[in-house]
Amino acid sequence: MPIKLPIYMDNNATTPLDPRVLEAMMPYLTTEFGNAASRSHPFGWKAEEAVDRAREQIASLIGGNEKEIVFTSGATESINLALKGAAEFYKEKGNHLITVRTEHKATLDTMKRLERQGFEVTYLPTDKDGRISAKQLREAITEKTILVSVMLANNEIGTVQPIAELGEVTREKGVLFHVDAVQGVGKVPFDVEKMKVDLASLSGHKIYGPKGIGALWVRRKPRVRIAPIIDGGGHERGMRSGTLNVPGIVGFGRAAELAQQLMPEETKRTYQLRKRLQDYLFSHLDHLELNGHPTERLPGNLNVSFAYVEGEALMMAIKNVAVSSGSACTSASLEPSYVLRACGVSEDLAHTSIRFGIGRFNSEDEVDYVGKYVVDQVRRLREMSPLYEMAKEGIDLSKIEWAAH
Amino acid sequence: MAYGDKVLDHYENPRNVGTLDKSDPNVGTGLVGAPACGDVMRLQVKISDDGKIEDAKFKTFGCGSAIASSSLVTEWVKGKSVDEALTIKNTHIAKELALPPVKIHCSVLAEDAIKAAIADWKKKKGLAPQAEHKPEEQRVDG
Repeated sequence: MPIKLPIYMDNNATTPLDPRVLEAMMPYLTTEFGNAASRSHPFGWKAEEAVDRAREQIASLIGGNEKEIVFTSGATESINLALKGAAEFYKEKGNHLITVRTEHKATLDTMKRLERQGFEVTYLPTDKDGRISAKQLREAITEKTILVSVMLANNEIGTVQPIAELGEVTREKGVLFHVDAVQGVGKVPFDVEKMKVDLASLSGHKIYGPKGIGALWVRRKPRVRIAPIIDGGGHERGMRSGTLNVPGIVGFGRAAELAQQLMPEETKRTYQLRKRLQDYLFSHLDHLELNGHPTERLPGNLNVSFAYVEGEALMMAIKNVAVSSGSACTSASLEPSYVLRACGVSEDLAHTSIRFGIGRFNSEDEVDYVGKYVVDQVRRLREMSPLYEMAKEGIDLSKIEWAAH
Repeated sequence: MAYGDKVLDHYENPRNVGTLDKSDPNVGTGLVGAPACGDVMRLQVKISDDGKIEDAKFKTFGCGSAIASSSLVTEWVKGKSVDEALTIKNTHIAKELALPPVKIHCSVLAEDAIKAAIADWKKKKGLAPQAEHKPEEQRVDG
């Protein structure tokens, strides 16, 4: 089958809408336009039924109860609500929060704001693979700690955190545990009961659902309280006011249902495709570094540093393939990825990193095309790289006094 | 970010990629930038006895705009006298390639590379170094 260009291989950024999801949404974008809060007529009842079905589908995916789902505009809002809402509600109990240096900006920037409001935040360092340990967490918890926030899987390097082990610690210490499950849910095992999670943030568009819809799962037994950050009509049991995005919710629900059904097969398939790409690259090129954990990672995520080739130049070279880079050469600060830096990756290598995100709709042919394309272009760019030439001559690049500019 | 046509042209068909013998007394080598900042340019010029730039080669580690900037300056300096080459400013490069503000530092680096290569040649020849230059545009600190 001929390959259709451009190839989308950036499924950690967003995923295409599954046609089955669109099909489920269509009635709610057209004839079934009712407001789920309209209790007095069938238009509203139908919308509410559809929303309730989605709650069940989403709760089922994470092992929770449908009454514990609070719909939001997306995971950034969910994370803001979980952290600010819990901090506000439990501030009499303590003022200390714990998170990890490699978390998403939605978490880190929310924590920074809470710091300005008088909370104290501990940012746990990770090991070189991007993981923290239960022991580390246990040692960081104080009498003042009210909440711990850790992501299930990292968006850049794909590293999966030991959530079940961390949940044991937070439960034992009586501290709330929020998990940013955006990247991991539907791809790696996640069960809020088994893992003793109290709050979980979810997103629709990372699991082949629509953008603009997310959820915060809030434990009911024992009850977790959060103060709302958006006030209004008291929707979502007062935790998130605003008319529900019914088509988005229906799509999110269907996407969650599909994720649950397809996960066993899809995890295996995306893992095999990722491994195929990884093996091809590592057997055809030297001076490569895998970023993130070698085994405890999202099945479809591959993050590689191609030493001596700047990431943005490589992305430009493989312009028919959509991927991401940790190079951030376009940002005014010229700072490379803080996630890679937190894992101890040198700035030089962080500038050469590329993230491949393989997903549901990628084929083996696409992976083979991308592998060959990347190898050809890395070779071309290395021939153009003074650093590669110097390294080949045996010059130790770390010994050169570079002028920072 | 979308790239301009001239950047794409130089990036896809870079002129004068390669290496000149750095031990040749007529060859000046300039190595500027830093790997930690995401760009390093090496520009080499071969200068005839009457002070004309006969040949120029580059190798660049950096983004597409950095590669295009270095490719462009190799074209520009070839056939010029040393003094003429020293009049090339980063603003000329940025204008020619239509670089956006976040890529201005690439043109600054290319100007630095010319100056560094010529300074290296002058040093080899025992000539007085050229005056310190100041790029016309604000650099972006790396």
